Amino acid sequence: MKADPKGVLTGEHYLDGDHACSEGALAAGCRFLAGYPITPSTEVAERVAERFPYVGGIFIQMEDEMASMAAVIGAAWGGVKSMTVTSGPGFSLMMENIGLAAMMEAPCVVINVQRGGPSTGLPTLPGQADMMQARWGSHGDYEIIALSPNSPQECFEVVIKAFNLSEKYRVPVLVMADECVGHMTEKVVIPKAEEIELYPRRYTKLPPSEYLPFKPGPDMIPEMVKAGDGYKIHITGLTHDQKGYPVMNWETQEKLVRRLVDKIRLHADELVDIEEIEMKDAEVVIFSYGISSRVSIPALQKARKEGIKVGLLRPIIVWPFPEKKIRELASKVKALVVVEMNYGQMFYEVERCAGGKAKTLLVPHGGGWVHDPEDILKAIKEALK
Amino acid sequence: MKATEIMEPPVTEEMDHPMENILRMDRIPHIWCSTCGIGTALTSFAEALKKITTPLEKVCVVSGIGCSGRSAGYIKLDSFHSTHGRAIPFATGLKLANPELKVVVISGDGDIVGIGGNHLIHAARRNMDILVLCINNFVYAMTGGQVAATTPLTANTSTSPYGNFEQPFSLPHLAASCGAVYVARWTCLHVRRLARSIEEAMNKKGFSFIEIIAPCSTIYARRNRLGTGLDLMKFYHDNSVIKHGADTRELDIEFQKKIIVGKFIDRERPTFLDAYNDWMKQKLKDKFVPHGGPQC
Amino acid sequence: MSPTSMGKFWRKPLDFDKLDIPHGELHIIKERCKGCGFCVEYCPLDVLELSTEFNSKGYHPPFVAKENTCVFCGLCEMLCPEFAIFVTEKKSASGGKEKKEKQEVNKVES
Repeated sequence: MKADPKGVLTGEHYLDGDHACSEGALAAGCRFLAGYPITPSTEVAERVAERFPYVGGIFIQMEDEMASMAAVIGAAWGGVKSMTVTSGPGFSLMMENIGLAAMMEAPCVVINVQRGGPSTGLPTLPGQADMMQARWGSHGDYEIIALSPNSPQECFEVVIKAFNLSEKYRVPVLVMADECVGHMTEKVVIPKAEEIELYPRRYTKLPPSEYLPFKPGPDMIPEMVKAGDGYKIHITGLTHDQKGYPVMNWETQEKLVRRLVDKIRLHADELVDIEEIEMKDAEVVIFSYGISSRVSIPALQKARKEGIKVGLLRPIIVWPFPEKKIRELASKVKALVVVEMNYGQMFYEVERCAGGKAKTLLVPHGGGWVHDPEDILKAIKEALK
Repeated sequence: MKATEIMEPPVTEEMDHPMENILRMDRIPHIWCSTCGIGTALTSFAEALKKITTPLEKVCVVSGIGCSGRSAGYIKLDSFHSTHGRAIPFATGLKLANPELKVVVISGDGDIVGIGGNHLIHAARRNMDILVLCINNFVYAMTGGQVAATTPLTANTSTSPYGNFEQPFSLPHLAASCGAVYVARWTCLHVRRLARSIEEAMNKKGFSFIEIIAPCSTIYARRNRLGTGLDLMKFYHDNSVIKHGADTRELDIEFQKKIIVGKFIDRERPTFLDAYNDWMKQKLKDKFVPHGGPQC
Repeated sequence: MSPTSMGKFWRKPLDFDKLDIPHGELHIIKERCKGCGFCVEYCPLDVLELSTEFNSKGYHPPFVAKENTCVFCGLCEMLCPEFAIFVTEKKSASGGKEKKEKQEVNKVES
């Protein structure tokens, strides 16, 4: 289905990443945002608060992040596309309810504009140290999808992708931006509404007597309903059977949780979205995402000038991790240099998938500023020794 | 005049309990203990549902975690069992997404006033159009009877084994001072008055809060040597005093002392959505597009 | 208003002869009962008592101890936490409810 033109601000704009996220959400059909202010993500909510009354959405600033996430899930079951925005400390607070969204299979989007951590950290400066938390943050076994934009234009596009993926897989989708991309102002081109493709919510056509809330379809994903349509559903965070009723035994746990995990894992091939720069003859590959990938480009160009065959692999969908691609690459290239603004998070995934076939190097950074391209260049040269 | 003979009506072998149409019969009998009052609170709720103006498909029940939080699992309406303390914001999201829904939060005192305290006060302040039924048994029963924010002074609980030395909340006072438009307290024994209260609250717009004092036999009664739930019901019978419109500052519950019940607050205030719509229409005039309900 | 409760009234009500006393038929779903005793305790006419028989869960469900005394007040149905008891109304053969007998009335002192 196409986007609702009311929410699409078609044209060329000069926006920062946060505001581009807001526009992306509006274009994607989001009509509910429950949030709590936290630097550097507040601008997303601010712009949405300004724009929603013109497009028919509802913005509510909740009393804390836990309430925000709970309201987002409630709104998803009420029949609207809902989202929230936060940063590191709020992300930690939302974890329990992200797990609830995964368990209830509620489609929703959470934007985390990462900042320096841990704890209060560096509220106004970038970081990329929540990447593992995005994957493993809540307790128990579950899978989510996470995307990482590296420019305001991509913020706009990635948020629309996030909403589409959340509807398709009935899973909470996390947009892992960072403060640098969030506060960077660049040209953002917003297309016409009819050029934006949206994935509609998978509402069932079955009558209430035949519908089972958690009966998976052939792609392991059940059809959805919304409250108030007479289906009299029971949705719980307890381990449940296909009817939605809590059943406390290991067989039900096995059936349910395995499906929650498999519905993403077994579709991993469809969930690959990467950008490759100068990869054809690359001997060393830089693996980077978000703002770090932008900083890697001057290092790549400098290295190429010096005759080193470097390429850049940038995942846009970071979770599920593009395992297959890394495994393939590891047999072809000499080294993988991971550039991220943390002390090693996605690096371990790259190392795991490389399986020792290629050398893996980390160029860490505590956050608070971007990498120095010289450090990346040094690591590239180190990798070739 | 002779008494006319009473004719036996044709009785079918298996007659259904009249409340079975709103119960998930495939999950009955429920998990609550013998002499627990939560089931009785639900019969009052079921009775009220027969008389409200909203059609039942539009009524949703949200509950949190705990004994009372299990209520959502037994009621045959769109019911949601969310995380501990977050029933009220979940209900907020549900209501704002589809304003036609009538959302009822049924949960326990620990869930709503303990971990959910912040959400309670803000939802009351905003006057979200939801009804909160707070079933108060004075302890965190499901986890074994720990002290709660409502446990009376001197009561014995598993985490106050020498008696509770903390002052508890007075729930009607809390809800009223935060701006709730309908505040009442009843015990499980006041079945008909409670049903009428629930019906009134459901037909009213705004944040309604009804505290339902329920006996907890296995934990509160046993640990404090008060007998069974039936003994607690007898205590409510002898010690509850109906004082409609009483000052909410005088509604404290002391251990095994008088309990004041009744309807304390019944006032009008614009709800969150009404205030939002009116305000935005005023500010944006024709350009304002009100939220149109479910949109995807 | 049974003959026994007439003692509560200081004079006989003027429409006493035209009184329609409803009668109820009790349905006890024994297997659901958890023997809490609420219905027994709060029946205004003490119609119910806990039986000595056990249901399959080991509880003593109530039984109708006083036949034809239930006046369809519905308190047991509302108090039962287990949804295990309910009342239906018994209609009389003439289509109306039972009328009070004049003899019974005259027996009682006002």
